[in-house]
Amino acid sequence: MPEKELLVQKIKNGTVIDHIVAGKALQVLSILGVSGSEGKTITIAMNVPSKKYGRKDIVKIEDTYLSPEITNKISLITPHATVNIIREYEVVEKRPLELPDEIIGLFKCPNPNCITNASEPIETKFYLPSKDPPLLRCKYCERIYAPSEVI
Amino acid sequence: MMMGNPFKNRDVVSIKDFSKDDLLYLFGVADRIENLSEKERGHLLEGKILGYLFFEPSTRTRLSFEAAMLWLGGKCLGFAEPRTSSVEKGENLADTIRTVENYVDVVVIRHYKDGAAKFAAEVSNKPIINGGSGTEEHPTQAMTDLYTIIKEKGVIDGLKIGILGDLKYGRTVYSLLYALSLFNVKIKLISHPMLRVRREIFFDLEKKIALSEHDNVEEVLPELDVLYVTRVQKERFPDLAEYEKVRSSYVVNLKILQKAKEDLIILHPLPRVDEISYEVDSSRYARYFKQTLYGKKLRAALLSSILDAKV
Repeated sequence: MPEKELLVQKIKNGTVIDHIVAGKALQVLSILGVSGSEGKTITIAMNVPSKKYGRKDIVKIEDTYLSPEITNKISLITPHATVNIIREYEVVEKRPLELPDEIIGLFKCPNPNCITNASEPIETKFYLPSKDPPLLRCKYCERIYAPSEVI
Repeated sequence: MMMGNPFKNRDVVSIKDFSKDDLLYLFGVADRIENLSEKERGHLLEGKILGYLFFEPSTRTRLSFEAAMLWLGGKCLGFAEPRTSSVEKGENLADTIRTVENYVDVVVIRHYKDGAAKFAAEVSNKPIINGGSGTEEHPTQAMTDLYTIIKEKGVIDGLKIGILGDLKYGRTVYSLLYALSLFNVKIKLISHPMLRVRREIFFDLEKKIALSEHDNVEEVLPELDVLYVTRVQKERFPDLAEYEKVRSSYVVNLKILQKAKEDLIILHPLPRVDEISYEVDSSRYARYFKQTLYGKKLRAALLSSILDAKV
């Protein structure tokens, strides 16, 4: 079954992010700051069949161990994704994503009049006044947004 | 026991950073300054300099800060118009702040961007006072508004307060609502449906104070103790056609005021356009020009507290 082998091919060492919302894998890589220029082998599978979600994306990054601080950044766009840390072909750590308390420098504030959208040396900073449902609040202009309005 | 000075060296970026006790402390300082002899008062901020950076037009905020500083023996420098500064050459806010802070003891800034004062406070080593930031906040106006209510009504707790006009873009409305939420008041928000308060107000305050929204000022007027009127903020509308639809939604005149309580007071952060008829100015309700005088006293209290003058 060469197709199945291709989709589930194991990696020796690295990070596998599974159950990504279908179609979001490229955005996940972008948020993780992985561009491919690092020279690591990256496998991206998009819109593959999933028993749980119908369709899903999978990202495998070899020889890279992403910390929870990094992977939790993707929780806003794909909250049910799981992170597997692989060593010698074995899953040594399996962790769900957790919403972070704040998100720095990742998303633009949608308020065009926010100081973060001016020509100033400033990083955007959102904190989460609610995690269920998740809401983002800009530290500077104090506007509150649903994640879909920001991402 | 005398409480310590909670304003010493402190930024005044958002009214949300201050407690009820902080505000009452400030009002006490304002009263004490007024009761000082001219000689004592005139030395309170001797040798101190206020820097003012106004990226947007202002009459009352800038002049009342200047008047307050001069009243207490201090000096002022700055710009009332960014075109006379290097901002016109493209200098950003961060560099402007880093320069001006070397010349002054405290800075008041007005800027058209939301969050500008917060950013300025992060950059500056000197205390920053927010003199109005975009549609976000105008904390010293809210302090003035509360001080005016206390002086004119004797109390804040127990009052029914109507806030009328542009509740979407008016920054004074936001600071005032957060300030009033520290007291036990009932608030009626009266506006055209297009000018309702932003969702943040209900998210933050719904559980703290009684808030209700209304279209018709005449319906709620009879129960109000304070009516706070605001101008429709033409300069904040992304689309001027929208402004034209709502610009004259409300006009407070003597005919409407026939339904008001005898001891109603009307406040307005000013400038006024046409939302209060001139005929109201000489009525027993009008306090908006007196409010501007309270603004100077309140800002004198704020400057002397931030700079820790012994009052």
